[in-house]
Amino acid sequence: MIAAHLPALQIVVPLVSAPLCVLLVKARLAYALALVVCWVAFAISVLLLGQVLDSGVISYRLGGWAPPWGIEYRIDPVNAYVLLIVAAIGALVITYAKPSVAREVGSGREALFYTSYLLCLTGLLGVTITGDAFNIFVFLEISSLSSYVLISLGQDRRALTASFRYLIFGTIGATFFLIGVGLLYQATGTLNIADMANRVAPIEGSRTVQAAFAFMAVGLAVKAALFPLHAWLPNAYAYAPSVVTAFLAATATKVSIYVLIRTYFTIFGHDFSFEVMTLGPVLMVLAIAAMLIGSTISIFQDDVKRLLAYSSVAQIGYMVLGLSFDTVLGVTGGMLHLFNHALMKGGLFLALGCVFYRTGSVNIEAMKGLGHRMPWTMAAIVAGGLSLIGVPLTVGFISKWYLLLAAIDSGMWWISIFILMASLLAIIYVWRLVEAAYLSPSPENAPAGEAPLIMLIPTWVLVLANFYFGVDTRVSVGVATRAAEFLLGAGS
Amino acid sequence: MSAPDLILLALVIPLVGAVLILMSEGRPNQREFVTLTTAVCLFAVVVSLVPGVFHGDRPGITVWEMLPGLDIRFEIEPLGMMFACIASGLWILNSIYSIGYMRAKNESHQTRFYACFAIAIFGALGVATAGNMMTLFIFYEVLTVSTYPLVAHSGTAEARRSGRVYLGLLLGSSIGLQLVAIVWTWFATGTLDFREGGILEGHIQGPLVGLMLLLYVYGIGKAALMPLHRWLPAAMVAPTPVSALLHAVAVVKAGVFTVLKVIVYIFGAEFLRESGTGDWLMYIAGATVLLASFVAMTKDNLKARLAYSTVSQLSYVILGAALFMPFSVVGAGMHIAMHAVGKITLFFCAGAIYVASGKTEISDMKGIGKVMPVTLFAFLIGSISVIGLPPMGGSWSKYYLALGAVDAGELVFVAVLMISSLLNVAYLLPVVGRGYFTNPDGAGDVKPVIKEAPIFCLVPLCLTAIGCVVMFFYADQLYQLLKPIGGG
Repeated sequence: MIAAHLPALQIVVPLVSAPLCVLLVKARLAYALALVVCWVAFAISVLLLGQVLDSGVISYRLGGWAPPWGIEYRIDPVNAYVLLIVAAIGALVITYAKPSVAREVGSGREALFYTSYLLCLTGLLGVTITGDAFNIFVFLEISSLSSYVLISLGQDRRALTASFRYLIFGTIGATFFLIGVGLLYQATGTLNIADMANRVAPIEGSRTVQAAFAFMAVGLAVKAALFPLHAWLPNAYAYAPSVVTAFLAATATKVSIYVLIRTYFTIFGHDFSFEVMTLGPVLMVLAIAAMLIGSTISIFQDDVKRLLAYSSVAQIGYMVLGLSFDTVLGVTGGMLHLFNHALMKGGLFLALGCVFYRTGSVNIEAMKGLGHRMPWTMAAIVAGGLSLIGVPLTVGFISKWYLLLAAIDSGMWWISIFILMASLLAIIYVWRLVEAAYLSPSPENAPAGEAPLIMLIPTWVLVLANFYFGVDTRVSVGVATRAAEFLLGAGS
Repeated sequence: MSAPDLILLALVIPLVGAVLILMSEGRPNQREFVTLTTAVCLFAVVVSLVPGVFHGDRPGITVWEMLPGLDIRFEIEPLGMMFACIASGLWILNSIYSIGYMRAKNESHQTRFYACFAIAIFGALGVATAGNMMTLFIFYEVLTVSTYPLVAHSGTAEARRSGRVYLGLLLGSSIGLQLVAIVWTWFATGTLDFREGGILEGHIQGPLVGLMLLLYVYGIGKAALMPLHRWLPAAMVAPTPVSALLHAVAVVKAGVFTVLKVIVYIFGAEFLRESGTGDWLMYIAGATVLLASFVAMTKDNLKARLAYSTVSQLSYVILGAALFMPFSVVGAGMHIAMHAVGKITLFFCAGAIYVASGKTEISDMKGIGKVMPVTLFAFLIGSISVIGLPPMGGSWSKYYLALGAVDAGELVFVAVLMISSLLNVAYLLPVVGRGYFTNPDGAGDVKPVIKEAPIFCLVPLCLTAIGCVVMFFYADQLYQLLKPIGGG
């Protein structure tokens, strides 16, 4: 009985709990509730993935209204996978959150934080699970609005301007997406994605559809921080509380990329997107620019959170590059990197949260000698950094392997040069951290001691996942391949 | 235990050792006991595999399927067997030496030092026993990353700069070039297994063969082929035991070993010989042999001179492989072993001199032979072996390399080998001569007091010097072991 309603519960549980957090007022109670809810959401996402892999696509009618009139939650291998990523990161990050939030957000606002966090999670899960284009917009706004709040909770007053900037960008992005959906609604008379996909095909020559495509592509590129529309990201990540940065970096841009994938491959179909609209070269150029420019800028950052933020811009480039090949191998690479990057950046930002918790700064100066003062935290950063570089036995290597194969497979072997150049740049910015932490003496009176275990354990779970999934690729590669085949098969 | 299990055991032992070493933080005696025990156990396990391989067994085990069709697999063939023996055997001596050296110099972070060392040996054994290119690549990177802390050990500005060069060149070349070659091979053939006769034949042809060889050979930065050799002199900033075992044996030999593996088992020597597009490699290798020798002559710092000598000697191995003839390939394999024993002796001596007298520059080493006669005698033996004169092991490998060059009809490389030997004489023997036949500055007529390095330093260097002589008489066994890789 309950099993049949899992798709609804995935959204309803965190959504309903969010206001309860406000009512609980006390930080500890709010934390306990958020913790339970996030883990329940994670359990549901695991069950859903199991169901999808066993018995195929799940279509859930919200309120019993049949699609295409009612809202449909539609779960296939692609979004079941993304749901799992988002929910898993959500659960790990919330487990970690208590001490970090207490330190960075400050008393009195903690309950508010947990509320926003749950709302943001709801929004991200909702975007992923729904099969309705307008519903995507609604959930996108829920997640965006709550993330503006989350970012503005940062200690630094610059968090406010960062949040405001993100608000402007995010609103433009979401509005563009909405305009696109509106145009499609006008052209096809439906909002259901599956239905829309069928109706777009015969009229794909029309100006309306093409305009809709352009609006949606640009709007989503802003939300996904695809170069050169990434300007909101570095400050938002740098000034948000550590927990928020870790959560958003590992989930928010991933969900945007997911919607991007949906739009290109499911709604419009890859024939239209890649052959009629020649999206491939456009994405490829932007992706390569993101990889190289993002990595280069991050070399020159002294604030380590900003450094990793620019690295995220570069890594988003990798994902989009995979998509731009428009082949099963390429899309597999892109999807894999979506998952793998969540593990890397989640782990790295959580480790940085530990650093901030103990030292009150994430500047590279503050990290001098940290290898001796916080050995476990620093080891986590090095391990995550190796994965970012793409050293074998880490997930970063697996992503790169598929992207390189995809490049050669498409006959564009020269792209492999750019992929590898970006890796080499990653060596440079990761090694700045290593040198500071292990080879520089600690400043005098530097605070020493590890972060609390409740923070270290989730950090290390994510870091070790980098290695586990770098060796045991059956699940990640298997699911990503199925997702890619599904996407390209469905479009042709 | 069956042979495949022994391979796994050989990989697990150094890892367990590393963990135990880390747990011995603050207890030096326990830490060094663990290191020595680990090294001895490892060597015993490795040696127990030798008879089987000698008789033609190729024990292998697939541990895990990493990506569809791409396994993590270990398999021992003669070349890897030899490399594993050298790395694990010399690790014992080097550990003894490290105890003497590190304690005498009172170095910091010794636990990190021993732990990283054990992991580096783990990496070297993984390279030696890898059953396909993927596995080899993984352990190649383990070796790179685990030796970085050893190079940058002292944490001074110079050490950090050198560490950067080291890591940048090695990681950069392997990710930037070698990985491309591997992905390309996988794409072209659908396999990365090492097979006798190679896997690429029939899958790529023409100039592409030469291009792929270029990607592989320069991607394997550890082979220090010019102009990607800069990391090796940079690595000399590390404590001497690191230079001795890692930058004369394990790391650099892992490089040329990989080059040999790629040429013999990925391309196939015969395929390369017939394709004709890989000939540039022997010229580059020959040039490196000579140029590095010339640079070595200009170096006054003893370790720097030895480093350039290593660059030159590594290219002997590459040259042997690049001639693509049975004799030369076997000679290249033998040279890995012969040079390892000779060069580690030289480094041990350099470190002993530094420990006992604090001297690093050759010009300061006047009369050092009167103070440290045993050490300098060992240095002489090591030098003769590296030069390639009987009765030292080094003479045999040079003999087979020259034979291979004649076989290939490339007489110019016979000349290169001979000139290089002369150059070796010119840059190694003056150290000995100056040590024995001059008096220390300012000593006047006072008879110098003999002051050797600590016994822990002295014994290993004597043993490796004896090893140079022993290798001369047991070269045939080595030849018989390696003969299958020549394919003849």
